[in-house]
Amino acid sequence: MAPPRNRRPGFSRKAQLQIFTGYLLAFTGAFAGLLLLALSHFDPAAFSAVRSVAAELGAPPARLFTGMRVGVQDGWREVAAYFNAGSKNAELQREVERNRIRLIEARALKQENRELRRLLGLIKQEGRPVATARLINSSASSSRRFATLDVGSRQGVQRGQPVRAQRGLIGRVLETGPNTSRVLLLSDAENVVPVRRARDGIVAFSQGRGDGRVDIKLIDIGINPFKVGDVMVTSGNGGIYPPNVPVAIIEKLTGDGAIGKLLANPAGTDFVIVQEVYEPELVDPEASGLPPANAEAAAPLSAPRKSEPAKKPATRAPASTAAAAAPAPAASAPQAPPAGQVQP
Amino acid sequence: MNAPYRARLNREPSAFRKAAVPIGSVLIGSMTPLLPIVASAPVLPPFGLVVLICWQLLRPGIWPVWAGVPFGMFDDIMSGQPVGSAVLLWSIILIALDLIEQRYIWRNYWQDWFIAALCLIFGLAGGLAINNFLVSDTRLSVLYPQMILAIFTYPLVLRLVARLDHIRLKR
Repeated sequence: MAPPRNRRPGFSRKAQLQIFTGYLLAFTGAFAGLLLLALSHFDPAAFSAVRSVAAELGAPPARLFTGMRVGVQDGWREVAAYFNAGSKNAELQREVERNRIRLIEARALKQENRELRRLLGLIKQEGRPVATARLINSSASSSRRFATLDVGSRQGVQRGQPVRAQRGLIGRVLETGPNTSRVLLLSDAENVVPVRRARDGIVAFSQGRGDGRVDIKLIDIGINPFKVGDVMVTSGNGGIYPPNVPVAIIEKLTGDGAIGKLLANPAGTDFVIVQEVYEPELVDPEASGLPPANAEAAAPLSAPRKSEPAKKPATRAPASTAAAAAPAPAASAPQAPPAGQVQP
Repeated sequence: MNAPYRARLNREPSAFRKAAVPIGSVLIGSMTPLLPIVASAPVLPPFGLVVLICWQLLRPGIWPVWAGVPFGMFDDIMSGQPVGSAVLLWSIILIALDLIEQRYIWRNYWQDWFIAALCLIFGLAGGLAINNFLVSDTRLSVLYPQMILAIFTYPLVLRLVARLDHIRLKR
């Protein structure tokens, strides 16, 4: 059967014009698409409101289905656990005994670490958890890698906060709606994370490849030091991501680095944790009574701006010697207010 | 006497159903990213585009040529693509399908599948190219699984669309 030919529907002027208008509109629409693309290029947040409305509307069924999916997965795991239950149980008992001792050691080390940090005057900014939630869906048909999280600004989630699972880093929050937020996953090509090798701290950065893996690129180009099986963790440089969160395990070497497999597979994680934005360790001499590591650079800033130049070298001189520097900031602090008061 | 036959003769399909079934099916196809699949690579075929192509090949002229604009807009909001990419690509695809319809009237099933495959590859690769142009560079090889899946989804979706067409024109 011939398909209906409605190209030139007879001599009706109106019908012909209708077809012409259709084409005109189609080409205009394509051009409008280009303009919209330009708009979303220059203002990426332009359509975030519409997108978050769509995400909010789609969230309740997605939540339900995610719950079902997780339930089925858990149920299956429980059934599978019944096989070899006896031998597994004995093995786990032994492991618990071993781990208990290690745990005590680790606790002692943690305490020691805290003491040393306090001594150094480094305030450790642990990314405190903001919310715990599930990833409910993702941009599974697009070449960008986004996922939707079922908590939003109402639960305290803000733009830029890192998202991690128990096994490692997932990504960071890109847009927030009232009850949902969009997460830029690690495997997205736009997501660049500063990392280091867990073993010895070789610095690199990871960039998503779009297919669930990441490129680990060396900052220091030279002989490729990576080996298959190396674990990369976040370095905490530049903020946002807290340090020492596992990111990827190296799978294949390339010319200028390696290809890593993500440690936390977003598809396999049940709950993820949204953390506060990590700010690099702050230097606070008041807390410890010890000078910061870069006392030279810090001293002129903390001193009053218009103090007489004759006094300046006097206060800075003790700061330059590292051992005797301990009382220097404490001593200069009481001096500063009188200097400010004298001037007016 | 007349009444039982009256119900069966000279009936028209409901105008609402006639219009709403195709539109609704494309919109539902575009809503597949809302499924609870957290994928770390693009795997899901673009169902909205597949359904759109199926309707256009099965019932040429069912929509005006500019239908790609509203459908594309909806798809952009649902998928993670930058808004405007599907508007542009789907408009181009619908214009191309319209031109093909004018030039090659007699086509068989395999030719239709070939045309659909070309359109799907264009749609997916175009989306990737737009992303690469706007933000970052991702390799085309990332899309191969999705392309293959989309091409082999076409006959299944075509069956579904044909069934929907029966429902649409039911009297």
